[in-house]
Amino acid sequence: MDLLKRYIPVFCLLALVISVQLVTQFTETSFYLTQLTMSAYYSVVVIGLCVLMGYGGQISLGHAGFFAIGGYLAGALTTHNLLPFREHGLVVFLDRIGLLVAGKDLYGGNLLTVEPWAACIAAVLASGIIALAIGGPVLKLKGHYLAMATLGFGIIIYRIALASAYFGEADGISEVPGFMLLPGIEVSGSFRARTLNYYIAWGMVTCGVILLLNLIHSRVGRALRSIHGAEEAANAMGVNTARYKLYIFVLSAVFAAFAGVFMTHYNGGIGPSEAGIMKSVRYVAIVAVGGMANLWGALVMGIVLNFLSLRGVFGSYDDAVFGAILIIIMLFAPQGILKINLWQQVKQLLSHLTPALRKEETE
Amino acid sequence: MQYQPMTPELFIQYLFAGITYGIIYAIVAIGFNIIYNTTGIINFAQGEFVMLGGMIVITMHAFMPLPLAIAVAVLITMLVGALIEMVFIRWLQGPSVLRMIIITIGISILAREAALHIWGESVRTLPYFIGNEVTSIEILGARISPQVLWVIGVCSFMVAGLSLFFKFTSLGREMRACAANRRAATLCGINTKNMVTLSFVLSAGIGAMAGCVMSPITYSEYDMGPGLAIKGFTVAILGGLGNSVAAVAAGLLLGIIEAFSVSVLPLAFKDAIATSILLIILFVRPHGLFGSSEAASLKEF
Repeated sequence: MDLLKRYIPVFCLLALVISVQLVTQFTETSFYLTQLTMSAYYSVVVIGLCVLMGYGGQISLGHAGFFAIGGYLAGALTTHNLLPFREHGLVVFLDRIGLLVAGKDLYGGNLLTVEPWAACIAAVLASGIIALAIGGPVLKLKGHYLAMATLGFGIIIYRIALASAYFGEADGISEVPGFMLLPGIEVSGSFRARTLNYYIAWGMVTCGVILLLNLIHSRVGRALRSIHGAEEAANAMGVNTARYKLYIFVLSAVFAAFAGVFMTHYNGGIGPSEAGIMKSVRYVAIVAVGGMANLWGALVMGIVLNFLSLRGVFGSYDDAVFGAILIIIMLFAPQGILKINLWQQVKQLLSHLTPALRKEETE
Repeated sequence: MQYQPMTPELFIQYLFAGITYGIIYAIVAIGFNIIYNTTGIINFAQGEFVMLGGMIVITMHAFMPLPLAIAVAVLITMLVGALIEMVFIRWLQGPSVLRMIIITIGISILAREAALHIWGESVRTLPYFIGNEVTSIEILGARISPQVLWVIGVCSFMVAGLSLFFKFTSLGREMRACAANRRAATLCGINTKNMVTLSFVLSAGIGAMAGCVMSPITYSEYDMGPGLAIKGFTVAILGGLGNSVAAVAAGLLLGIIEAFSVSVLPLAFKDAIATSILLIILFVRPHGLFGSSEAASLKEF
């Protein structure tokens, strides 16, 4: 019964995803699907961060960094030509075990690049390992120190992306090929594959949500909530808080990296703005608006706000809108806008208005 | 990149560049410290005060002589600081650290976006206080712009003035009392809420002043805030959060390290150095180079 209750929203999500696609098809507004797909990938980052922030109580202002590690590595590995290094031992070895693919570039030249699957795994692994490496010392910090340390990490990644020729400096990486998940199922920005890609992205969101829902309701989830509530008390009860914090940090970094890889293949490129501080702040803003410890709230807000932002509704005030949202939510509704209990307030108002009713109840 | 042998003249040149930037970082760090001491908040919008000071003085300079323009810019920024505190912070009761971090980040974004819409993306600069870009004074064989001496002089004056203010004036003592123990200060009849406002006004003021004097050398643009804030925070941590005298030493240290790093590393990595130092210090000695670890164990990191 409990399990059913947990999965009902997931089924609702799937039904919504399918109906939205059908509606856009019949009303011939399927151009919306492009932004919905991108919003879905951003939302994967958001739900990972939501579990880290809301349940684990650890802020991260560097998640755009993990997104960028995934996206940039996948982009660079599948785009940069390895033909000049054909004699190199490592390239020969990779070629022999079938991790390289030959192709043609735009001008008909020969290309030898890393197979997208291998690049994806390498990128996500790299992100996870980096998270593991910095997570140990970073998560010992609290409050401002944690915020600044993760911000510092984000800035370093941004600087590396901006300064190294391998990652295309200010131009980023472009002409990233599609990612053949299975025969016939390819993550790419091609016009014909729009509906397919919409479902790929939302499939990824659904998988992520199911995984995180199960995690929240497991031993790990309870441990995380105890850390958020009172870390010392959790420690005293025998919860290995350091390990659980690290675990969830790495998991959320892996989520961000997966989103980065898929987004890069979908867009056919990635630029340094994806690694910028504003992106990290934006993810935090969305989690805050959704209500910190509220996976569904974060998901809904992630879709709505990213969709509006990608459609250009906020115009040149894009960042300002996110800044304003952050302040207003934190000032007036630190539990997120979905937690403003309207019904409770209405009931209070009613009971004020009708003292007679209240008297009856007490009798 | 061409390798240059380090001559004594070049050494002095780098040293002065380092001191100039270092003292600006120290001013930002002291701004962090003033607010942190009275409220326990790290104001992520600290760098925006410097940006506002620089941008306002450039606009004002078109209408009035330079000293007056600087005074007006500092006053306006102080007013902005007071407004920020009164609108966003004063009425919150016991807010969590996470909440305060996010609010001040939001403020910094809003300030930056407002500046973007008022002044645009272009890089602006104030004319040199004395002479122009090529005027220079020879010190120990190196050629130093007089503006560098202005920056160092004004910032040193502010640091000295602040420490005198905190030590000898009644208002300064009240602020320190508020920092040491807020409840006890309230019981002694100090209006702690006003002290918090005052701390925002003060740190906005010194930030704006630094923004004015540095503008001819480093230029002003709408998004200079976050970079300065992260360096100022590095310096504040390096010296031990809340310790303003150590912040000056730490600021000079960071400035000089950065200046000399340019001779070894590509310029693009200059900003990454400060952040790397920040991360290392946070991991190894979160109580700062000059702080005591015993006192630190009583605090939350």
